[in-house]
Amino acid sequence: MLLNQFLILGAVLFCIGVYGVLARKNAVMVLMSIELMLNAVNINMVVFGVQHEVVSGQVFALFIIAVAAAEVGVGLAIVLLLYRNQTSIDVEDFDLMKG
Amino acid sequence: MWMLENAFLIPLIPALSFAVILFFGKRVIGSGRVHLIGITAVSLIWVLSLVAAFQWTQRVEHPSSDAIAQISVDDHGDDHGDDHGDDHGDDHGDDHGDDHGDDHGDDHGDDHGDDHGKAAMHSESGHGGGHGSALISPVVTSYSKWWSNGGVDFAIGTHVDGLTVLLLVVVASISLLVHIYSTEYVKGDRRYVHYYAFLSLFTAAMLFFVMAQNIVQLIVGWELVGVCSFGLIGHWWEEKPNTDAALKAFLTNRVGDIGLLVGMIVLWGTFGTFSIDAINTAISASPGTQHFALLVAACCLMAAVASKSGQFPLHTWLPDAMAGPTPVSALIHAATMVVAGVYMIARLYPVFYDGFSIGTSSINLMAFIGGFTALMGAGLAFAQWDIKKVLAYSTVSQLGYMVMALGVGAWTAAIFHLFTHAFFKACLFLGAGSVSHAAHHTFDMRKMGGLKKFMPHTYWTFVIATLALSGIFPFAGFWSKDEILLGAKVGQQSGYPLMLIFGCAVAFMTAAYMTRVVWYTFHGEYRGHGHPHESPKVMTVPLWILAGMALVGGAFNLPGPVLKPFGLEGLAHRVQTYAEPSVYLSGLGLSHPDPSLSMALIGLGLALSGIIVTYLYFWRNMGPKGLTERNKYAKAGYTFLENKYYLDYLYNDIIVASIKKPIANSANWFNQNVLDKAVNTAGESARDSGRWIYKWIDQGAIDGSVNAAARGADTSGEGLRTIQSGKVQNYGQLLFGAAAVLAIVFVIVI
Amino acid sequence: MVAQNIAFGIISGIVVLSALRMVTTRNIVHSALFLVAVLAGLSGQYVLLAAEFVATTQVLVYIGAVMVLFLFGIMLTKAPIGKSMQMTGTQWPIAAGVALMLGAVILYSLLDQFGSERVTEGGKIYRTADVGDEVFSTYIIPFEAISVLLLAALIGAIVLARKD
Repeated sequence: MLLNQFLILGAVLFCIGVYGVLARKNAVMVLMSIELMLNAVNINMVVFGVQHEVVSGQVFALFIIAVAAAEVGVGLAIVLLLYRNQTSIDVEDFDLMKG
Repeated sequence: MWMLENAFLIPLIPALSFAVILFFGKRVIGSGRVHLIGITAVSLIWVLSLVAAFQWTQRVEHPSSDAIAQISVDDHGDDHGDDHGDDHGDDHGDDHGDDHGDDHGDDHGDDHGDDHGKAAMHSESGHGGGHGSALISPVVTSYSKWWSNGGVDFAIGTHVDGLTVLLLVVVASISLLVHIYSTEYVKGDRRYVHYYAFLSLFTAAMLFFVMAQNIVQLIVGWELVGVCSFGLIGHWWEEKPNTDAALKAFLTNRVGDIGLLVGMIVLWGTFGTFSIDAINTAISASPGTQHFALLVAACCLMAAVASKSGQFPLHTWLPDAMAGPTPVSALIHAATMVVAGVYMIARLYPVFYDGFSIGTSSINLMAFIGGFTALMGAGLAFAQWDIKKVLAYSTVSQLGYMVMALGVGAWTAAIFHLFTHAFFKACLFLGAGSVSHAAHHTFDMRKMGGLKKFMPHTYWTFVIATLALSGIFPFAGFWSKDEILLGAKVGQQSGYPLMLIFGCAVAFMTAAYMTRVVWYTFHGEYRGHGHPHESPKVMTVPLWILAGMALVGGAFNLPGPVLKPFGLEGLAHRVQTYAEPSVYLSGLGLSHPDPSLSMALIGLGLALSGIIVTYLYFWRNMGPKGLTERNKYAKAGYTFLENKYYLDYLYNDIIVASIKKPIANSANWFNQNVLDKAVNTAGESARDSGRWIYKWIDQGAIDGSVNAAARGADTSGEGLRTIQSGKVQNYGQLLFGAAAVLAIVFVIVI
Repeated sequence: MVAQNIAFGIISGIVVLSALRMVTTRNIVHSALFLVAVLAGLSGQYVLLAAEFVATTQVLVYIGAVMVLFLFGIMLTKAPIGKSMQMTGTQWPIAAGVALMLGAVILYSLLDQFGSERVTEGGKIYRTADVGDEVFSTYIIPFEAISVLLLAALIGAIVLARKD
């Protein structure tokens, strides 16, 4: 197996995730796309761990999974709060920072 | 010496009790019966700690070959190796680095010849007090790899010596009595299970703390007792003042914890080990070599001590902590947890001794903070109407006494005072709880009075504890207070005269304010409503036990001359003999002052005069109407005592005003006549030059360029404004786009 | 190795197609289900890489917990279930451009850097026990920090989301 086949898979998924984050209107879908990006990074962690024969790669993949879980929890709570206050979760509706 | 090596069992038992009470207390056992578990566990550890104490005395009295530290203070480590197998030896060997590694590995036990000369000198200078010549090493067990991080191994284990077993006995005894007492005091409380769970956890944490093998364990135990204190102060959290008090205690302690962490890190950085044994040994083997690092560490740790042991200026949480249930105040905020700071100083005494130059100075930070706190606490105790707050300020004051004693080098006196104070202060607090239990849950002394005839048991135990606290012969406090005063007078190389004055003043004031409490609570007319009654036996028996200890507690460290007529000189200075870790302190050249009859008489005289003056004061104002009559008398004329009594008035109106007014007047004069004139002259010349500058430089050159810059910013801002859409995805596009462009640039360039 | 490469190819195809559908579909529930497919596929890739514990955790945490959370989020925000025209914003061409640019530069550097380098084969395989050892020894402090982070996230989520 080539090292690159895993890395390229990760890169493709990451870019798809970037597209999702930038293009989707629904805030929940934005969060899902962020999960996709985090998973793309995880693949790199694990495959480099295998490549260098260290266990740290897997350990950090696990840490990323934990951080992602925390991120989803807080992120969804924020989305719920937005929905409750503005009755909308369309990210394009929120432009309070407009200059 | 099975118990000493397996001392980990002692904190383990109440920890298990905590878990059982918490998880099975409400449903399986029934909330009314959880105290049985707590009491069983604490009784068990009480017995075990007595066994440990007994075994320790055996170790000191009949030391086996492995118990005696080699005459070189460097080398006492090698018997640990023999005792506890390889891991301990390896641990020391790894951690110590070049200096000490040799001496601690177990296969290096014999080659310490070149250290003999220096060590002999140390041991000679260290035995001025005349105790036995053998240096008894502590029993240290260690599992050298509890966890590790970044290549640093953290050990876990127990460090048992005389100081530890003394604290074990104190904590276990008072915890047991408080457990028993609480069955009545918090009966039917809505969080009975929670209460007993926390008591167990607190006991476990405190025991874990006192037998910590390394400074990491010290921190863990320190924080655990802090959490328990927080939980128990806020036990009745439905009322806002209680939660506020709990938060205040917690947050004030956090301030000190920063000091604790930094101090411990400095110690670790200096010695490369966490082991208390190794740190103390290293300092006592070569005092003065790491003076600056130790000064920094000692200052940081002093902040921690100030927060936990209620020293100025972080003492403010301790009186507020009285919001918790009274038995908790007795256990945590008087007898055990608050002495954690004092204990830590005693445990790491070489650090403080060297850092603050206790041996050679005649004043140092620790002694001053302690002495000042003692004086301030005693002063504030006069102004309180809440009986528990009086006792709280008294605790602050007495803790200051202990810290001061440590600051002047009177190690044994401080620990002995810790020991006696624990018993009589617990007795006073439980007595206050008993009074409140009888008098409809009030702590206001204005609503008490005349309780002597209603509750004789509480009265007599309270009086005994008061006499002990005041330092009246032959109660426990007399002996320990006398030793502290003596320590302050003699000091090490030079005396500590300021500390002696502080100590004497506090001795007088303590007796006076405690007499006031006794007067208001138990004498005169009953000023509350309803019918007070004596507390049940389950509360009075612990009171009597504690009063008994307050009566005879002094016997544990009697000076030799007192015992000479009875032919019992062998029993003199038991606390010093057993508790003092001479294996660490001898290298520092710590000396013990000879007992002095005149000093004892002075201390006793001060205490007695405090009692008598207060007694006369109240006796003369007693009158038929007591309380109301007092104000009338107060208008007739102010005596010294009354000024003392209205301490807050004294602070605010007399001291502050008298200082403020002359200073303000003179400052005003100076302001009007000197400063004003100078300012006016300067102002006029400045105005003239200013006009010129304004006209030519400001308006002409600077203003023009500023205006031009502003116009430029305005124009570019208008242009950039369109990018700021406020939409997160636009920012995201810019972010990722910019990252991609940069990456492309890098790829092309590199 | 051939079998593994075939497995990799099949799984990768599924993963990439699912990911594409996930960010393009107009049905939000379908989008979530495509994400499940992506995550499950990645779990399979971890198995191929002999990272058994990560694979298991991936299934447990992502598919078991995070996805349920997402479905709850979709329900609670009353997102239109079923087809909707409004799922993709008006600026999707810019987003696509940025993503393609990013993808191009990453792909170029990967091919340039690693070329035909092969994954180490027959190296030490780290089982769950080894991962556990490592987490609880070398990485104990990060581990504790993560647990504090999760606690903070838990409290933060409750504080944010509760009605008061």
